[in-house]
Amino acid sequence: MSNFYTDNPDLKHHLGHPLMEKISALKERNYTDADKYDYAPVDFDDAMDSYEKVLEIVGELCGSTISDNAESVDHDGPRVVGGRVQYAAGTQQNLEACRKAGLMGMAMPRRLGGLNFPITPYIMAADIVSRADAGFENLWGLQDCAETIYEFANDDQRERFIPRVCNGETMSMDLTEPDAGSDLQSVMLKATEQPDGTWRLNGVKRFITNGDSDIHLVLARSEDGTKDGRGLSMFIYDKRDGGVTVRRIENKMGIKGSPTCELVFKNAKAELCGSRRLGLIKYVMALMNGARLGIAAQSVGISERAYREALAYAHDRRQFGKAIIEMPAVYEMLAVMKAKLDASRTLLYETARFVDIYKIYEDIARERSLTPDERAEMKHYSKLADALTPLVKGMGSEYCNQNAYDSIQIHGGSGFMKDYACERVYRDARITSIYEGTTQLQVVAAIRHVTTGTYINLMRHYKAQPCKNELKPMRDMLTSLVGLYEEAVTTVTSIKDAAYNDFMARRLVEMAGCIIMSYLLIEDANRNDKFTKSAEVYTKMAQAEVTKHSNFIRNFTPEQLAFYKPE
Amino acid sequence: MSLNIVVLAKQVPDTRNVGKDAMKEDGTINRAALPAIFNPEDLNALEQALRLKDANPGSTVTMLTMGLPRAAEIIREAMYRGADSGIVLTDRALGGADTLATSYSLAQAAKKIGNFDIILGGRQAIDGDTAQVGPQIAEKLGIPQVTYAEEILELKDGYVVVKRRLENGVETVKAPLPCVVTVNGSAAECRPRNAMRLQKYKYAASPSEQATLSDTRKELLTKRPFLNISEWNAAFVEADPQQIGLAGSPTKVKSIENVVFTAKENLTIDGDNDDQIDNLMKELIANHTIG
Repeated sequence: MSNFYTDNPDLKHHLGHPLMEKISALKERNYTDADKYDYAPVDFDDAMDSYEKVLEIVGELCGSTISDNAESVDHDGPRVVGGRVQYAAGTQQNLEACRKAGLMGMAMPRRLGGLNFPITPYIMAADIVSRADAGFENLWGLQDCAETIYEFANDDQRERFIPRVCNGETMSMDLTEPDAGSDLQSVMLKATEQPDGTWRLNGVKRFITNGDSDIHLVLARSEDGTKDGRGLSMFIYDKRDGGVTVRRIENKMGIKGSPTCELVFKNAKAELCGSRRLGLIKYVMALMNGARLGIAAQSVGISERAYREALAYAHDRRQFGKAIIEMPAVYEMLAVMKAKLDASRTLLYETARFVDIYKIYEDIARERSLTPDERAEMKHYSKLADALTPLVKGMGSEYCNQNAYDSIQIHGGSGFMKDYACERVYRDARITSIYEGTTQLQVVAAIRHVTTGTYINLMRHYKAQPCKNELKPMRDMLTSLVGLYEEAVTTVTSIKDAAYNDFMARRLVEMAGCIIMSYLLIEDANRNDKFTKSAEVYTKMAQAEVTKHSNFIRNFTPEQLAFYKPE
Repeated sequence: MSLNIVVLAKQVPDTRNVGKDAMKEDGTINRAALPAIFNPEDLNALEQALRLKDANPGSTVTMLTMGLPRAAEIIREAMYRGADSGIVLTDRALGGADTLATSYSLAQAAKKIGNFDIILGGRQAIDGDTAQVGPQIAEKLGIPQVTYAEEILELKDGYVVVKRRLENGVETVKAPLPCVVTVNGSAAECRPRNAMRLQKYKYAASPSEQATLSDTRKELLTKRPFLNISEWNAAFVEADPQQIGLAGSPTKVKSIENVVFTAKENLTIDGDNDDQIDNLMKELIANHTIG
């Protein structure tokens, strides 16, 4: 039996980042909860010890029950019986184990029954769960939705719903419809207000992950006659009230244990969450950012699994009289896989820490007014989180797919057979760069941080950090990449042509991503020698990528777009 | 109905993960090379106890273990999973006990706890594999025993109904309370550690452990009395010095030898027809491999 937390010391490295001391103190309001709750930490060491010990529980469940069930869950999948979802037997076991282990409301405050964990260790749990079974991560990770209730619902709703989530009831976010996928402004599910203040929902939702959950967040059109996002509101639907049936579940390529449902709402009773008209423009945006960070964690977890499967096979498999890992063509692939894994993971936790700080300040602001300094800090980290979230979701999920591809490649013919886990990993990986906004849409979200300078400022910040002498050559090389990036940004933005700008956006975003992840890996290597190899491999790759994009942009004129345009 | 449940548990070397350093030169167990773990079937017993507790609000689960002071580790482990408190029965005088002396000592501790409704324990410990301690405790306490339990089906009106897993089937028995029930490894697996309970009980400590704690931690133990793990010695449980430890153990280890399995001779029976299979069966029965 293995433990997916303790067998991976990289996780402890990220959990032990110096910024955690500040995050923990803020989250625990200087450890004042300890007087009220007998499970609250008394100081920073105590808090860190708790994070670690709870992650050990997560690691143990993932290294046993959840990973043991992954294959049968993938095979059996959920079914629809009489309009309800019936999970695969393994899924039921997994959920039961997570409930008993008390892992269902990790980031919720103690007064509502949660563990009051910062986002960072919670995201680490998501990373671990995804390594065991990416499909199960979806069900477990939907506890994120409680965050939306916590942030935007009223006190009464918080007290009624959040403790239920902490006790193990599952959630879903019912956003997409047959004609409203990426374009959520077109949502048509109709919400009608009743004289008693409750609402009735009518219509169809499609592609709803865990659509037969206990508590749903539903995006619906509350304003009759409107056609855009401003006519949409957020609702809470409680399965106990009835009115929603599952018409079918999709037969998917991967994450097969996670039911993707088509839901029919027939006069389903629901209650408004927050204010009318803010459903899409405020709440879904917030919900989406949390969900994107979750998918980034899922991507990293899958990457980890893909890498481990490949590494183990490359050690075992002998050809031409030696283990295949001894061949440069194979060990290069493995080194690059590890570098991509480490790069996306370090960006994941950097983002999680930034999210932590601004969200905790937001929460403190619910209790008292912030000082001007605190407010400034909140805005600073909020902007950074907003900038890094699409970057880690976009690039992390692409790396995850690349690693899953290479994992099979290293397995050779065997990897194409159903006998090895790498084929499941490959299928599970595929969705990460699609849902919660495709990679292309992550570029749309990220590009404004190219043009407004958030990324370049962050690069300058990293550059100013002290580092060991032996890492300096890498840092110096990055300085030249930053120069290429700035030049490319100037070139692209100086041409006022929207189609050309959109066309180049992904290149600029990828350049920023490569450079930022390189800086972060050097920072990891600065704290811990074990990351030096990945830092070396990744910065070499970043150099090639950034130079490639730079050359493309230099040698491209807006007129050449014509070669790409459809006839 | 609230129950007073006692669970017997033992900290054992993890004999399931035996490496090459498991035995010392002299043939004794090298405890340093084997991690100390919660005896697996005691975890099955704990799960049965916790189910009784879940079904009977207000019940308490008290862990009782005999061993070195560090056995407090398994008490904490049990607390993370749902136990309320624990007692480590520890004393140099208890050392070297065989099953008779052990069961006497534990029975004395059980009397000291008093007023229990049911005592649960694993069928046997993986280090000794005797399965004698549970039944002997029942004898010494003069109460019924149910062994090989797989599931407690019902507990009410002063009776417990237990499903026993036997070699050739199952048997359902009913026993009056209080009684001792020893649980099989085939019973439900123990629930995982709970994140909230773990944070609540992680600083639980016995008096021996408290000696080495910082002042802040000691203070915490005063503020949170549930963190105190009891430590009892032989005198406290009023044990007769002649019946405990080496003195109370009629079992004497004469010698220990390493056994290396080697086949002295072998016989090959070829073929796939019924005659050959019949010959094989006869051979196996003749040399007592089966039957």
